[in-house]
Amino acid sequence: MNFEIMKSYLPLYKDAMLLTLKIGWLGIFFSIVIGFVCALIRYNRIPLLQRVVGAYIELFRNTPLLVQLFFLYFGLPNIGISIDAQSCGVLGLALIGGAYMAETFRSGLEAIDKIQTESALSLGMNGWQIFIHIIVPQAVAVSIPAFVANIIFLLKETSVFSAISLMDLMFTAKDLIGLYYKTIECLTLLVVFYMIILIPVSILGSIVERKVRYASFGD
Amino acid sequence: MQALGIDVLFKGTNMERIIEGLWVSVRISLIAVVISIVLGLAVGALMTRENIVIKAVTRAYLEVVRFMPQMVLLFIVFFGSTRVFGWNIEAEIASIIVFSFWGTAEMADLVRGALISIPKHQYESAEALGMSDAQTYFYIIIPQAVRRLIPLSINLITRMIKTTSLVMMIGVVEVLKVGQQIIEANRKSSPNAAFGIYAVVFLMYFVACWPISMFSKYLERKWN
Repeated sequence: MNFEIMKSYLPLYKDAMLLTLKIGWLGIFFSIVIGFVCALIRYNRIPLLQRVVGAYIELFRNTPLLVQLFFLYFGLPNIGISIDAQSCGVLGLALIGGAYMAETFRSGLEAIDKIQTESALSLGMNGWQIFIHIIVPQAVAVSIPAFVANIIFLLKETSVFSAISLMDLMFTAKDLIGLYYKTIECLTLLVVFYMIILIPVSILGSIVERKVRYASFGD
Repeated sequence: MQALGIDVLFKGTNMERIIEGLWVSVRISLIAVVISIVLGLAVGALMTRENIVIKAVTRAYLEVVRFMPQMVLLFIVFFGSTRVFGWNIEAEIASIIVFSFWGTAEMADLVRGALISIPKHQYESAEALGMSDAQTYFYIIIPQAVRRLIPLSINLITRMIKTTSLVMMIGVVEVLKVGQQIIEANRKSSPNAAFGIYAVVFLMYFVACWPISMFSKYLERKWN
């Protein structure tokens, strides 16, 4: 292991990590938005839209991100829709993440017992108040563990972006291995940088999990 | 059809090649799934032991697998290990190793979860009835644990099938790579093939995974 070489690669890896983080967090942000909207549509059983959302969720949960990205990046330009690689990465991550998040949020919402709504109604709360003060706090507590798992899953999934020529960590490592043949140094740095991204998320996740556990009632 | 590039699929042996590519993906995932389930059951049972050394080792194993993207693991085994040890492994073997390594950890975690979710009074009641350890496991614990385990492990199978798409990145010629080759070979005659071919690959994965995940949902609903 040659530390001098590893040091000289650091700036490249740093840039790559920043790109991974940028696309990762943007994608996760949009996936939370999409997931929340889809979960609400399914929770409230809005006709027609419910079906569309259901089909979207099944379609994206049951196909790999790599294939989705290939379709978005190489397939869509054929019918006149060109998206640049970065937006494509964000879009792909948002779409697959949205499908996973929607399921997580929905199961959180549906885990809340009906008696909660009924009690709130008998206390004279209106629909909006019940949703904000009664349903959401409990649903959040229920879905946090799966939510954190989703975020880690999505951050790991960003590793396939190299396939659509985004200069992320994977791409940089592959590129440097090809150029200088310093395989071990490059792979070590790759592992280290993924740990820098993922370990804080995991630690933060378990702290949040512990914080919101009070809200789960009865056990 | 011409404009969407679906017609390319029916030219020459393209359809056969795509299906052969699909078979490569299926083969890799099948072998990895079988290995993962067998090893996962053993490792998962080990994880419930109170031994500190076993606990630390399995815990570290689980964390490594949980943190590293499967693609990084593929690169480590395919490029890294060959460099360090000087051996030569085929890309397909490397991917089977990685997916088994990853799948075993995930499966073990599910097994552990299922075993510790059985309330303690079940063990105690069995003991009070005079059952031996083996009897307790066979008649009381395993039947209950299996019901929690099966839907989750079926889910894991679909995840493993989906992850096989990554093997093209280390040069295995599977369905996605074959699609790419067909698109490039027909660049002149049908420049729009990418849309059709990738849509077909997309649907192939969906057709492979969707029934399995529906089945797991059905079992979950039936047993809970």
